[in-house]
Amino acid sequence: MERTWNNKAWFMVLPVLLLVAFSAIIPLMTVVNYSVQDTFGNNVFFWAGSEWFEEILHSDRFWEAMGRNLVFSAIILIIEIPLGIFIALNMPKKGWGVPVCLVLMALPLLIPWNVVGTIWQVFGRVDIGLLGYTLRALGFNYNYVNDPFDAWVTVIVMDVWHWTSLVVLLCYAGLVSIPDAYYQAAKIDGASRWAIFRYIQLPKMNRVLLIAVLLRFMDSFMIYTEPFVVTGGGPGNTTTFLSIDLVKLAIGEFNLGEAAAMSIVYFLIIMLLSWVFYTVMTAYDAER
Amino acid sequence: MARIDCNHIRHAYGPHPKSDKDYALKEVHHAFEDGGAYALLGPSGCGKTTLLNIISGLLYPSHGELLFDGKDVTNLSTQERNIAQVFQFPVIYDTMTVYDNLAFPLRNRGVPEPDVDRKVRETLEMTGLADMAKRKARGLTADQKQKISLGRGLVRSDVNAILFDEPLTVIDPHMKWVLRSQLKQLHRRFGFTMVYVTHDQTEALTFAENVVVMYEGEIVQIGSPAELFERPKHTFVGYFIGSPGMNVMPVAVEGRSARLGSQTIELPGAPKAGVTGAIELGIRPEYVRLGASGMPVSIRKVEDIGRHKVVRANFEGRDIAAIVGEDEDIPADPKIAFDPAGINIYADSWRVEMGG
Repeated sequence: MERTWNNKAWFMVLPVLLLVAFSAIIPLMTVVNYSVQDTFGNNVFFWAGSEWFEEILHSDRFWEAMGRNLVFSAIILIIEIPLGIFIALNMPKKGWGVPVCLVLMALPLLIPWNVVGTIWQVFGRVDIGLLGYTLRALGFNYNYVNDPFDAWVTVIVMDVWHWTSLVVLLCYAGLVSIPDAYYQAAKIDGASRWAIFRYIQLPKMNRVLLIAVLLRFMDSFMIYTEPFVVTGGGPGNTTTFLSIDLVKLAIGEFNLGEAAAMSIVYFLIIMLLSWVFYTVMTAYDAER
Repeated sequence: MARIDCNHIRHAYGPHPKSDKDYALKEVHHAFEDGGAYALLGPSGCGKTTLLNIISGLLYPSHGELLFDGKDVTNLSTQERNIAQVFQFPVIYDTMTVYDNLAFPLRNRGVPEPDVDRKVRETLEMTGLADMAKRKARGLTADQKQKISLGRGLVRSDVNAILFDEPLTVIDPHMKWVLRSQLKQLHRRFGFTMVYVTHDQTEALTFAENVVVMYEGEIVQIGSPAELFERPKHTFVGYFIGSPGMNVMPVAVEGRSARLGSQTIELPGAPKAGVTGAIELGIRPEYVRLGASGMPVSIRKVEDIGRHKVVRANFEGRDIAAIVGEDEDIPADPKIAFDPAGINIYADSWRVEMGG
């Protein structure tokens, strides 16, 4: 086939190129810049090489925050995925209940993240919050401000409340796409409720579940706003996740070099994990 | 295998049916003999799938009862009725191997593993799936998947009937023919009671000994393919079976002759006295003779479809189709005659018996 070469076509992609440059590449390069230099103010910079990276990778503070992140993500996945599947399985498939359930499920997703944080911050307060006050009245020694365990429970319950809907909606979409004939055939084959789930519903939900796991993992691994609003990373450092620590380091302590190095490591970890998920998913697809 | 009796079965999908219009199934009173091969034939929405689902127990009829070998099963669940059903789209358990798919209905019923193995091997042999037993079911072609669906029915030796709901819809044309003849073979060898729902007349006529033609929620005729062709009981059967369908035209009947416009047509006999309603004459294109003598027509077009030619003509202001042999010539001054053997008279769309 004859191709027409016209170099003016490059002008067509120029706006996008500029946009991406300003929004992504230039900020990223700034971060890279900071991560290899040191400054004592007055806009005077010194070459620092890999110093900041070494510091970050040898800092207990970084690895502790990383550990908290991994534990948090694991707990979130262990709770939200099965709970989401369970709710999706029990949602009505037709009738007036469908729109009602869908709207109820979509509600938490429509609330801005910092508002979710504020809601739970107030909700959990022992003096005026419905949850905190009630728990106190029932005799529980609940206080998310002082007690690390209570703080974790609050942040996890908040995340479950906020994000399980996403898993529900994805699973529900997978479930309603199963033709009736499958259930009818299963009845004729004498399949139990568990067998129907195991051999029909679960295989049909497989793809959406992978997407749900991926999204929930990424989001929970990058969590910032909600715990920041509710606990501010406390008590002590017990709910200080990587993102919160990063902001503390950069803005609180104005340690730009170390913060920049940490951002890059954080970024690389998320890229690596995304790549793992992507590979697993495509490998699964190829097998089909 | 069992004989299936449908006793005055009616079904409406809405909760409060008032008139006949609310019934998807108006009234079906019919027996499917033990070991028979039946086809339920009709256009979309005629109630054939509804009837099938009532037999299999996926639907509970609004009225009437269902008997298997004389035993009332109306209130039994699908599983207790012990039937097999093959659906329009192949239903297979994706994550299992072909072998496990076939074993599934037996394992669910707690059959001991040695018996499961024996039955599954038999069924694999029967359906010609033996060499792919160890393969995952999801990689197979549509016709192989449909065989698995069928196999899951065949594997249970005690099934009362095997029901088919347009099972060849997603199968490639050349495989349709193969699968159909395999089904017929299975029927001959093992004598299953089979009920086969389809809207394809070729499928129905080649598969079944008895074709049940349904129209708007009613059975309009039950008969062998030849009966349906020669003596359609209802003008709908005439239209629906045959290609092109039966020519139907309004006539006035007097004794042994019918008048249509300026023409008089001799009938093979006199219709019963006292026939009222809209009287029509039906004749299949195969019985319309085109030649130099008879009643004048003007030809609109000739379709050559290979084995024969279909002549579309205008007869007394109405469209009429005639079939002529591939090598026959179309006369310049065409006239038609009706073969008396192919003439049927209808009153309000239902066939009227004619005396000698």
